Amino acid sequence: MFYDKEYDIIVVGAGHAGCEAALASARMGCSVAIFTMNLDSIALMSCNPAIGGLAKSHLVSEIDALGGEMARNTDRAGIQFKVLNKSKGPAVWALRVQCDRQLYRLSMKSVLESQHNIDIKQGIVEKVIVEDGKAKGIETNLGLRFKSRAVILTTGTFLKGIIHIGLTNFPAGRAGEFPSTGLSICLEELGFKLGRLKTGTPPRLDAKTIDFSKTTPQYGDDPPKPFSSSTEKITNPQIPCFITYTNGRTHRIIKKNLDRSPLYTGRIHGIGPRYCPSIEDKVVRFADKERHQVFLEPEGLETKEYYANGISTSLPMDVQIALIKSITGLEKAEMMRPGYAIEYDFVPPTQLKPALETKSVEGLFHAGQINGTSGYEEAAAQGLMAGINAALIIQEKDPLILDRSEAYIGVMIDDLITKGTKEPYRMFTSRAEYRLLLRQDNADLRLREKGYRAGLISEKDYKKFLLKKDMIDEEIRRLKETRVREDSDPPVSLAQILKRPEACYEDINRISPSEKLSPESSSGSDSRLKTEVKEQVEIQIKYEGYIKRQTEGVERFKRLEEKRIPSDFNYSSVKGLSREVVEKLEDVRPISIGQAGRISGVTPAALSILIIAIEKRKREKIGDEAFRVTS
Amino acid sequence: MSLDDTIAAISTPIGEGGIGIVRLSGKDALTIASKIFRPSRPMTHNSRLKTHTIHYGHIVDPESDDIIDEVLLTFMKAPATYTREDIVEINCHGGIVPLKNVLELCLKEGARLADPGEFTKRAFLNGRIDLTQAEAVIDIIRAKTDRSLKAAMDQLRGSLSLRLNQIRDKLINLTAYIEAHIDFPDEEIDIPSREWVEAEITGIIIEIKDLIKSFDKGKVLREGISTAIIGRPNVGKSSLLNALLMEDRAIVTEIPGTTRDIIEEFVNIDGIALKIVDTAGIREAKDLVEEEGVRRSLRAIDGADLVLLVIDTSEDLKEEDRTLLEKVKDKKGIIVLNKIDLPQKIKENGLSKIIGEKPLVRISAIKGSGLKELRQTIANLIFEGRVVSPEGAIVTKLRHRKALLDAKEDLENFRNSLMEDQSSEFLALDLREALDHIGEIVGIVTTEDILDRIFSEFCIGK
Repeated sequence: MFYDKEYDIIVVGAGHAGCEAALASARMGCSVAIFTMNLDSIALMSCNPAIGGLAKSHLVSEIDALGGEMARNTDRAGIQFKVLNKSKGPAVWALRVQCDRQLYRLSMKSVLESQHNIDIKQGIVEKVIVEDGKAKGIETNLGLRFKSRAVILTTGTFLKGIIHIGLTNFPAGRAGEFPSTGLSICLEELGFKLGRLKTGTPPRLDAKTIDFSKTTPQYGDDPPKPFSSSTEKITNPQIPCFITYTNGRTHRIIKKNLDRSPLYTGRIHGIGPRYCPSIEDKVVRFADKERHQVFLEPEGLETKEYYANGISTSLPMDVQIALIKSITGLEKAEMMRPGYAIEYDFVPPTQLKPALETKSVEGLFHAGQINGTSGYEEAAAQGLMAGINAALIIQEKDPLILDRSEAYIGVMIDDLITKGTKEPYRMFTSRAEYRLLLRQDNADLRLREKGYRAGLISEKDYKKFLLKKDMIDEEIRRLKETRVREDSDPPVSLAQILKRPEACYEDINRISPSEKLSPESSSGSDSRLKTEVKEQVEIQIKYEGYIKRQTEGVERFKRLEEKRIPSDFNYSSVKGLSREVVEKLEDVRPISIGQAGRISGVTPAALSILIIAIEKRKREKIGDEAFRVTS
Repeated sequence: MSLDDTIAAISTPIGEGGIGIVRLSGKDALTIASKIFRPSRPMTHNSRLKTHTIHYGHIVDPESDDIIDEVLLTFMKAPATYTREDIVEINCHGGIVPLKNVLELCLKEGARLADPGEFTKRAFLNGRIDLTQAEAVIDIIRAKTDRSLKAAMDQLRGSLSLRLNQIRDKLINLTAYIEAHIDFPDEEIDIPSREWVEAEITGIIIEIKDLIKSFDKGKVLREGISTAIIGRPNVGKSSLLNALLMEDRAIVTEIPGTTRDIIEEFVNIDGIALKIVDTAGIREAKDLVEEEGVRRSLRAIDGADLVLLVIDTSEDLKEEDRTLLEKVKDKKGIIVLNKIDLPQKIKENGLSKIIGEKPLVRISAIKGSGLKELRQTIANLIFEGRVVSPEGAIVTKLRHRKALLDAKEDLENFRNSLMEDQSSEFLALDLREALDHIGEIVGIVTTEDILDRIFSEFCIGK
């Protein structure tokens, strides 16, 4: 039976990917239905109660620049803001925000609810309806069918999810929730290859029973710096985290009980992330390490629950309890929820186009953990892009594809669709070749224009952005053109002075203050705007040499990206390509020579052959048409 | 430089007793050939000779009327030829000596000895083949030594890749440290001290510099090791040269596409070409006064990679011998005691004090005894690296040398940035670029390789 309302876009799942997807497409004018198994789990932070951190914060800033919601919602729910890597350069500064889990969820739910064009539905989606290779809607487990022109799947860990605690395991999408089995089967029937991954989460502890005096508090920055450019001020109270350590006793308890670990007895088949190993993994693999850090993170302002970051585990309950009690400060800690491991299906992302649309089913998009990623930020970024592109495709516009030189989002999606992933994929700054250009501070300069053109940025915000851009350009020009005489030396430009290692923008301000950027000036009264402009000017001038060096790299990169491969190109007809290379190229179907070169095993020689073959085909086509004209 | 004169060269591998071809290319090819070719049946006039025809006859020295060899002569008229010029190929049957004599006659009659790869170059310039093919053929032709050289070089390349892989591995380690330091600031990662990193990088830079230097030494292997045979007049330098050359001809090796320069003499030692300098000097030195002989020897020592100092062991050690021994003290060389077939005057243990570590070989150039030992000693010197490279790793390709130079520059930038206390992400930039350059030779390093190293070295994941 069909529901009587038809939608442009149906989003399956209302986690971090689903929410961004629904919001983006609704804001772009599409009618959207978003399905979740539980309305109280919208935007739930299933694992650690924090957003951001290295590389992830870059993703969040990019989401903000493009008009997504994550940064704003984090500002609303944040209870500790801390800029990491402050001792290093601006390219690797990263904001990390501890959030109130409930506040985050409720505030995102409220945004969804108040968004025009979105219907929120609780229901279990069992099927994607596909006709003539096109996604046409979904069907729930109750047999109700919903029509749409595009479907975005953001299934998280729910596809055939199995939770392991010790040698006990049971089907679940997350602790306390049903898994999604039907959808997994449906995807297989549609011809998708599926893979299996594993992730885990640590126990939650009761603060009443923790002796914080034996731990080290870690405070956030004061004043807290908001994530979003549109947040004026952080209003939540700010609270600390606490640090403690495991010890020899903890490690002995773990080692003694490995025979009851689902990881070490071969019960878990999915591949887990190496950057986020369980405590049992850490103790086994790094046996000579005497202690491991444990971060005790508050789950919120109104709760006693603490997240014990660093001891993610799937050991049996009694072992979890014993190992917790062996840790300094946790001797009397009561475990409120156990840690567990979860295995789930994912759809290897080489089956996607750069727009995150599947290659085999038109109008079907995948975002988040279904693509083999891990992390709220990675999921949200994909959700945003899937939402934008589903809307653009429905509106018969070109998709928005960010390349590796434009955004971390571009790096992530290119990695996923070109190389796929074997473990849950997480963003690292080391993945970005142009790390010095893709900074958090210039995310708006890189992406706001694109967000505006997609229709996700309000006129007011866009004007504010243009003003900021003008102020930056003007100030840089002023610093380059204004020369001053220091002592008896020949005059130097303010920019040259600023470039000196020990100099900062405030030094320039003392020598020759800018009228527009001085606190008293009336033009541009917003003090945050002025601070951002000064920061940007300082970074752009101080790191000009490095920025130029990377910009040159980008130009070379772009030349190969611009050499497009026709989507129907027949690789097997090219003489001189090995069968292995042909298979890889056919599997990935790269859109450019640049992308083809990033597929492992595609050699420079193979690329040359490919370039010649594509050029040959182009000439043959031109010749063909020319022939038709004359005859 | 001329592009349309007539060139000649031996264009086949030289093998003992086998067939060899002397090829002439250019507008005078047939004219020159007909001056030295005596057909068994009268031929038509040159201008009416049919293209792509084979003729049987003899090569005759026009001056002495001596028959040099029995040959087949092939004529191919432009443009349907390899070089798109007139080509004459003379198929000789008599082995290396007649082959060289035929070439010599062609040169005497007006051909120019072709530069290595010159036929192919002409083929390319005349639009016969495209650049990629041309380059491949040029590469082959350029190899001036034989297959055993190739085998030896493969071993060297093995040690080259071993050393490059060690460098690559060290750089991946350093990069892993730095990247982990950037991406995991909350983790307890023991960051090595700046001093340690600096020492490590300095070590790597020195290694890379060594490899870059080895290219120049590698060049020696490609172009022949310049070797001086020195000694007082009449100690047997000329006999030694002839003996080595004679032996060489007897065991003469396959030299793919080699163009032999008859002005220079090459002696083949285990595939390595010894280029004997001042061969004329050696041969003319017989009637010189002692001082002049020594003066000449001293001149030959300069610029030689290897010195063979010949001492007449049937006479007492003379003042001139002592002077020369003193002069070659710092040179790679071998002391050759010649004329062991005659009554001996020089005692070896008396000599050892003067010659120090230099190997000593006793021979009779006239009788041909001890030559095998001499060859072996030369080979040992070369392959143990005492002549060419202490570590045995030799960079032979220009492309590799360029990559190493680039990597060295990146690492020097890295070291400077390190001294200036630049932040890790800038250090990483130089390091990643250095890795890219090393990767051009031994295989590209991906982010995944770096991440693998990080996760295996450091306990990440709070």
